[in-house]
Amino acid sequence: MGEQHRSSVAGWGNTARANQTIVTPTSEAEIEQLLTTASGGVIARGLGRSYGDPAQVAGGIVLSNAALQEFGPIDRTSGLVTLGSGVSIDTLLSVAIPHGFFVPVTPGTRQVTIGGAIASDIHGKNHHIDGSFMNHVLSLDLATPTGLVHVSATQDPDLFWATAGGMGLTGIIVRATIKLLKIDSAYVSVDTTRHNNLDDVMAAMIEGDHRYRYSVAWVDCMTSGARLGRGVLTRGDHAPADLVQGRGSADEAIPTKPRLSVPFDAPSGLLNRLSITAFNEAWFRRAPKNKIGGIERISTFFHPLDGVANWNRLYGQRGFVQYQFVVPDDEAETIRLAIERLSTSKVPSFLAVLKRFGPGNLSPMSFPTPGWTLALDLPVGPSALPQVLDELDDLVAAAGGRIYFAKDSRMSPSSVAKMYPGLEAFRTVLDRVDPEGVMVSDLARRLNLRGTPHA
Amino acid sequence: MRDAFGQPQSAIIFGGTSEIAQATLRQLVAKRLDRVVLVGRSAEALGAMKDELLASGCSSVELVFSNAADQSSAARAVDEAFSALGQPVDLVLMAVGLLGDQAKDDDSPNRTAEMFTVNTTWPAAILAGVRGRLVTQGYGHIVVLSTVAGIRTRKANYTYGAGKMGLDGFCRGLAASLSGTGVTMQIVRPGFVTTKMTAHLDKAPFSTTADAVATVIVEGLSKKTTVLYAPSVLKYVFVLLRHLPEFIWRRLPG
Repeated sequence: MGEQHRSSVAGWGNTARANQTIVTPTSEAEIEQLLTTASGGVIARGLGRSYGDPAQVAGGIVLSNAALQEFGPIDRTSGLVTLGSGVSIDTLLSVAIPHGFFVPVTPGTRQVTIGGAIASDIHGKNHHIDGSFMNHVLSLDLATPTGLVHVSATQDPDLFWATAGGMGLTGIIVRATIKLLKIDSAYVSVDTTRHNNLDDVMAAMIEGDHRYRYSVAWVDCMTSGARLGRGVLTRGDHAPADLVQGRGSADEAIPTKPRLSVPFDAPSGLLNRLSITAFNEAWFRRAPKNKIGGIERISTFFHPLDGVANWNRLYGQRGFVQYQFVVPDDEAETIRLAIERLSTSKVPSFLAVLKRFGPGNLSPMSFPTPGWTLALDLPVGPSALPQVLDELDDLVAAAGGRIYFAKDSRMSPSSVAKMYPGLEAFRTVLDRVDPEGVMVSDLARRLNLRGTPHA
Repeated sequence: MRDAFGQPQSAIIFGGTSEIAQATLRQLVAKRLDRVVLVGRSAEALGAMKDELLASGCSSVELVFSNAADQSSAARAVDEAFSALGQPVDLVLMAVGLLGDQAKDDDSPNRTAEMFTVNTTWPAAILAGVRGRLVTQGYGHIVVLSTVAGIRTRKANYTYGAGKMGLDGFCRGLAASLSGTGVTMQIVRPGFVTTKMTAHLDKAPFSTTADAVATVIVEGLSKKTTVLYAPSVLKYVFVLLRHLPEFIWRRLPG
């Protein structure tokens, strides 16, 4: 059996810490043995980038996928590659980029494992064109409490899709075969435009997003009135080779180690209204008003925050929450209401990320559905914050929208039932593959995802 | 489970009829609290609180009867409370307390012994039972109601103050012993609280209400501070009072 120790862990937001036994299995045989002998609940954990409590289970067993590092080879023609669930996007990119391939979907950090990418069915700046991560997964090996299975869109599709966005509750993902994206260079051609209010940002996105593979807007939630929701829109695509000739080899453009690091928790009040307002102002002024065809490295464009290790510590001991929701296209007004509500309640929030989603997939629990998504980082501290977010939940649910489990750390169980109509179908799959309820996380208990109260 | 703001979904309340406990319960239920066990002596008062909590939307409220004046009842009270709530236990609130009547307690061995049993021995015994269960769970939060009267005792309420001081000291050590277990603990020291327990007394400076103390407790759940004051200014007031020369301290009103 792999390494085993008792340890306390929390999510990236550094809230709701809990103690559990952490085991690092090295083979599927070890995983199967663990699942059949475990008592007290088991959940997988990757690199711990979920903000809340999906990758922990107090008093139970957290199964780290760190030793599941099986890699490739990459098929040069089809771009297909089979990866252990513990392989990070960081590792994958460092191998794939020199071979002319890119990960089909990447979130804002490279520190995400393949297992985590599937369990959260992550999305990136290209969702409106390419959909979410699971859309590029051909098949996967899953260790369920009732046995090891190979699933795909045609082989037990219910289990395959329930695993997408299923937050690890269908079992331990062992390996997956995914299709990489062929790229011409390690650079991105980027158009940047600055917009003075939310209406302008959204109008520009509606008008032009379809012309770009990647599109995202950073919106300032500390402004009000005529400048409410001013933002910077960056859109682009992988640059063709002839455009970036003489810029150095792919190796030089490959992400390296972070240049900066936050070595310990900052004082809890460091990120306050004053400092965040100043930061947002400086950031907006720094962006070019209109710059077409800029060339950026992959790491700068996709993973700017990876340049600072442990940046979450800037929020101090009390930690922070991220609030990310999606609402349908015809409920875009909810985006404005949410920004207004946060702006008037004096809750400090860093730049929010605004993006348009394309069609969702067949998963009952996957977050992306067509429409607008907004994500905000908010420090724990302001006494109004819990209530404001509860009110936003109601607003989002009423608009037919939903909250992203990978970011959540404070939603209520009753909201989940309203936001995820696929919940019953998901529970049916779980009852089949895990009748004893072996797979459990603190998130699942907090939100009663299994539908078995007080278990 | 507790959320990012430390808000519990399940709680065991020792001293379920204390006004501060009840004010705290009302605020917790308005947030995430759903399953509750109330531990106390009076069937009537606990029953009324149970009805109120169920009407406010709690899915389950169980009652456990125990008398804090009987220290031998503590072990059984912990057993019953934990089995009545089931897993997981998010919050344990210790709100048992007896203010007494200092003039009558002054020369009474029996009354003095009872004061220390209710304010110190029984709560400490309960917390010893709670500790092991939460550590096994790998998680959970304990809040203990102390008082600023324990920081420096005085003639008006020294039996109460000393009893709470004993509990407060026990709890600070207990909190330190929980480091690395996933279990966390907070001690709340209110100033003079206007409740039924103090209705007959003159108000002291910086007096507060049960609701205000409850707000300190509920908002404090997201803080990492071990000792909280209600109102918070008392933290600084007592830095001063603690070091006053004895002859001035004795002459202070209240």
